[in-house]
Amino acid sequence: MLETALKGSRTYWSWVIFLLAVIGVGFISYIYQFRVGLGITGMSRDVSWGLYIGQFTFLVGVAASAVTIVLPYYLHNYKKYGRIAVLGEFVAVASVTMCMLFIFVDLGQPLRVLNVLLHPTPRSVMFFDMVVLSGYLLLNILCGWYVLGAERKGVPPAAWIKPFIILAICWAPSIHIVTAFLYQGLPGRHYWLTAIMAAKFLSSAFAAGPSLLIVISLILRRFTRFDPGWEAIQTMAKTSLYFLIVTLAFYGFELFTAFYSNIPGHMHSFKYLFTGIHGYTKLVPVMWICTALAAVALPILIIPQARRNETALGFAAVATFLCLWLEKGISLVVGGFIPNPFERVFEYWPTIPETLITLGVWGIGFFILTILYKVAVSVKEEAIFDKYGERQVRV
Amino acid sequence: MGISRREFLKIAGASAIVGLGGISAIEILHPGQFEASQVSRGPKALVGKRWAMVIDMKKLDKQTMQKCIDACHRIHNVPDIEKPKEEIKWIWKETFEHAFPGQEHEYMGEDIKHLPLLVLCNQCDNPACVRVCPTKATYKREDGIVMMDMHRCIGCRFCMAACPFGARSFNWRDPRPFIKEENKEYPTRMKGVVEKCTFCYERLAVGLQPACVEESKGAIIFGDLEDPDSEVSKILHSKYTIRRKSELGTRPSVYYIV
Ligand code: SF4
Ligand code: SF4
Repeated sequence: MLETALKGSRTYWSWVIFLLAVIGVGFISYIYQFRVGLGITGMSRDVSWGLYIGQFTFLVGVAASAVTIVLPYYLHNYKKYGRIAVLGEFVAVASVTMCMLFIFVDLGQPLRVLNVLLHPTPRSVMFFDMVVLSGYLLLNILCGWYVLGAERKGVPPAAWIKPFIILAICWAPSIHIVTAFLYQGLPGRHYWLTAIMAAKFLSSAFAAGPSLLIVISLILRRFTRFDPGWEAIQTMAKTSLYFLIVTLAFYGFELFTAFYSNIPGHMHSFKYLFTGIHGYTKLVPVMWICTALAAVALPILIIPQARRNETALGFAAVATFLCLWLEKGISLVVGGFIPNPFERVFEYWPTIPETLITLGVWGIGFFILTILYKVAVSVKEEAIFDKYGERQVRV
Repeated sequence: MGISRREFLKIAGASAIVGLGGISAIEILHPGQFEASQVSRGPKALVGKRWAMVIDMKKLDKQTMQKCIDACHRIHNVPDIEKPKEEIKWIWKETFEHAFPGQEHEYMGEDIKHLPLLVLCNQCDNPACVRVCPTKATYKREDGIVMMDMHRCIGCRFCMAACPFGARSFNWRDPRPFIKEENKEYPTRMKGVVEKCTFCYERLAVGLQPACVEESKGAIIFGDLEDPDSEVSKILHSKYTIRRKSELGTRPSVYYIV
């Protein structure tokens, strides 16, 4: 099947070459980091995790969110997702790969990464995270690739794959819960030390993931003959909406707990993020842009007429994705470190090489996604009808 | 079958290699020369079950504090990096209001608020840093010392996020050019690993007190908490002492008399 990725239009190849260029620049920047050390990033003794770990955290969520497609399809037989289940699984594959790469580029001694396996330490959440992520990656490659292969042959997938699909569904939340546990179990970091962290992680993931898939589906509709299906897109929009509301509510609960209890430690990070403290305000614009994006996305997703408008929906989906990316990919990690354990403020902002490396990893993710989607779309364009006899290719 | 098994294996294999970092083999083939913890105990070694420290701030003046800091950093090859962002420190001065946040109040005199204290790794009895380390590169010894294995640390900095005392420093770049005078008796570190105070385990092994204790002119008392006759035990029994953030349950082994 992979050979279909080698045949494509001009646009396809331009996109691939663009991605390769981004990856190349990222790689060169990484070589620089590898030689000099993590000092080339904006991280410090006080904010010791930054953009890399933020991306990792956010992308684990995107990976887990495949379950919002796969579960209704396989467990509730929601036929409209028949065409796109594999798209969700492939997003998961690309995201988990990026997660692993982000952990890798964040390590001070990357060549020693296997120490995690050589000295397995079950009491460390990081160890579990490695295990569940690798498992999830393999499960999604298996399920996605296999089911797509069956579609190509025009035969129903064999029964043995079903248990793996069910397992992948159960596995998905676990990767994000474990990732939340990385944060919420640390004493003395008040911003993270909250039981609702895992729940908020899942809800924001289940809002961000579908919004990404909406954008991708809209792009596929425009640039290929494959039609993911308008109804499927609308259902994803509703999923994204409900989980966005839940996420905002959870965030509100956190604000209430912090400010009604009035415990200084619990309020500090919020104050830093939304108003700045002692004149340090680097993340304030980030938080307000984030808030504005949510305020734009919500009404579009709520009002049916707006949601059914393709342009408006595309806009809302991008806004939702960016909003949650700013929250989880940047402010969550950095905000947790500010103020530091001495209640002093040291700020963080990513440097240029750090940003290029980050873009490079995203480039790799999108490259994998592009190749996998090219294969998927080629198979679907050839099959013409989906499993339920409906046309999935536009004339 | 819809998918050729070979094709699947190719992809699965490739992703597993990306996932697990195939290049780590290099590190396995060339393991570190020695483990930092393996300093053998001499005949005169000090032995204890739970080492602890009492820092009597009433007896410490600024100059003595600086001497303690300098001695520690000198013998442990702690680099002197100016940039605060990349600073490495094992023991340093911090004002009362920042070392004990939440204990200060608005009616407190400036001199108390800004009173400098010595802070260092608390060698916690229930250390959060050890709990989170995915490689056991930081671990608690039998005598309570929270150790670092510089050859095992992968530089993930999970321990830095976990330590509620800001006790840990990371080598953001190669520290060696920043060491003024290298002490050949003690290993230097490489870039990309975490370090912190280790209660001078290497001095205990040859029967010496920790360097800061020696420099403190009696203001820092070091000893075994499990031994009721040790000086630290007696002080803790009879005097009012406090620990940093004891409410977090890490059970610090560094006590303060303020
Ligand atoms: S002070 Fe921090 S680094 Fe030292 S033992 Fe306690 S938790 Fe670990
Ligand atoms: S940075 Fe090193 S010591 Fe700290 S948790 Fe990671 S591997 Fe362990």
